[in-house]
Amino acid sequence: MAAKSIISRPVYGTLSPQPGKHHLFVADAEGAVAIIEMAKNVPAGFFGGAEIVFIPGPDGKHVGALEALKPAQFHLAASFASLLPRLKQTLTNAHMGLRLYLSGTEGLIGQAMQVALEAGIDHTSMQTEHRGSLARRMQCVHCKGITENVTTQPATCAHCGLLLLVRDHYSRRLAAFQGVCINAEDRSEIPPMEEIFR
Amino acid sequence: MGITFRKETFRDDFTFRNSPEHIRRFPFPFHEDSYMYAVNIEPHVVGPKGSVLENLIDVDEHYVAEMQDRALVLAEDPLRCQSLPHMTLAGWDLLELLMEQQALGYPEHFTLTRDGDRWRWINRPLGIDDTFTFGDTSTLPYGPMEYITRQSQGDFCILDQRDGNLWMDAGMVTTQADWSLDFDIGMNFFEWHAPVPLAHEKGIFIRALKFLTNIQQGKPARRLNWTMTINPRLDTSPENYHKWGPDRSTVTPENVGDKVHLRVELQSFWRLPRSNGIVFPIRCYLIKMDELVTQPKWARRLHRVIRDLPEELATYKGLTRYRPTLVEWLSKLDDGSPTSPGFGPD
Repeated sequence: MAAKSIISRPVYGTLSPQPGKHHLFVADAEGAVAIIEMAKNVPAGFFGGAEIVFIPGPDGKHVGALEALKPAQFHLAASFASLLPRLKQTLTNAHMGLRLYLSGTEGLIGQAMQVALEAGIDHTSMQTEHRGSLARRMQCVHCKGITENVTTQPATCAHCGLLLLVRDHYSRRLAAFQGVCINAEDRSEIPPMEEIFR
Repeated sequence: MGITFRKETFRDDFTFRNSPEHIRRFPFPFHEDSYMYAVNIEPHVVGPKGSVLENLIDVDEHYVAEMQDRALVLAEDPLRCQSLPHMTLAGWDLLELLMEQQALGYPEHFTLTRDGDRWRWINRPLGIDDTFTFGDTSTLPYGPMEYITRQSQGDFCILDQRDGNLWMDAGMVTTQADWSLDFDIGMNFFEWHAPVPLAHEKGIFIRALKFLTNIQQGKPARRLNWTMTINPRLDTSPENYHKWGPDRSTVTPENVGDKVHLRVELQSFWRLPRSNGIVFPIRCYLIKMDELVTQPKWARRLHRVIRDLPEELATYKGLTRYRPTLVEWLSKLDDGSPTSPGFGPD
């Protein structure tokens, strides 16, 4: 769990089964474990109305365990980018009452939530559970480029190369934390880079 | 007699100055010799003649130069002006408000004539004479919010009210004190204020939101906020922080009076009639120390405020690097005698 922070920083919970007939799960890597643990407490037939979309981590784990839940639909995606067209269509065509469950890395939860928000789903209605890496998606406030999987503080912008302070200030619309030049006032000050978002 | 608009710049050679009359009307934000956050909101009613409150939307000698600076910012970075799709109606509300107020306060400079939905807007200082159909975006060269805020001093945030909260869903933000509309657009009241230190714990934002969501049409409210800026730079955006940040290292005992500026925001809050949104103009006033200390009361008081400011606030306002130099310089103008109550100069 992330440490206590400012109000714009997302807070994640624990997945719990919601009333309804249609359930969409989007998870990556260790996010699968959140679904598997929730599955111990679901009513009979719950997964008969569920779709699970899963992006495995580099270790390829949890695929079999998710399939064993026997969801109505199961889809393995190679990356979030490759999943995006399918996810957009699913959410666009979804009926009122679809329940959304997002679990895994912050980057996955944030990006899936971003697509769901664009489809008109209120963020407070989504179930989220953070599992695995604390790596952050970061928007450089200067060049607007997004750097994925930021693990250090400060971090170098992958686009413009400025050394950025990774703030806790978070935008759901951008699905990103804000990065602001850490040595703007005196570029000769180079603070040490520590790996803190693991 | 109309306003004489100054030719001046807010970048590069920084020729911005206040005339003696504008120094005396500066909205000095400290009513006592110390400062802490408070919900300092009051009704936005017309104030004394010759003050910045003489009209509810103030136009001053910097108008033309500020509009030129805004055009430069937008040419570099169009993301400073954004409006989410559901905010167009609120943009028309804002256009009406600003045209009415500017024409009311400054008839020699602005004229609005209406024939049903057919409106004619004359802006003499900027050489604009446009006829358009109110409500029809295709009859204007920009969306309604962008059109009118390219002709109005100050930043503008339009807040949508829903779920008991206010959402930053549109804005024109080119003269901001270090916050990013592009990042904060779509956030609610608590989220976009999240980085502000101390105030959340004091319950400031909960009370402020309660007040703002109850604002009624025709009864605007206002508050002052302040920070400091090195050089009279309007565009102190986070986007360009790596460009203006080095200015903070350039303050010396010799140049304090010319370089260090008090930056005051007159924030007002208006209910919009059609959209039920709230518009939040953030009008920025700059004054350099040399100009400010021509009023001895302000010099004494500012010395005490800056000297005693809590460290978190000094850090948040970005004063850390030059505060000792500034306090030392101001201390020479503070003989320790008492200051009179209230904001105004003696």
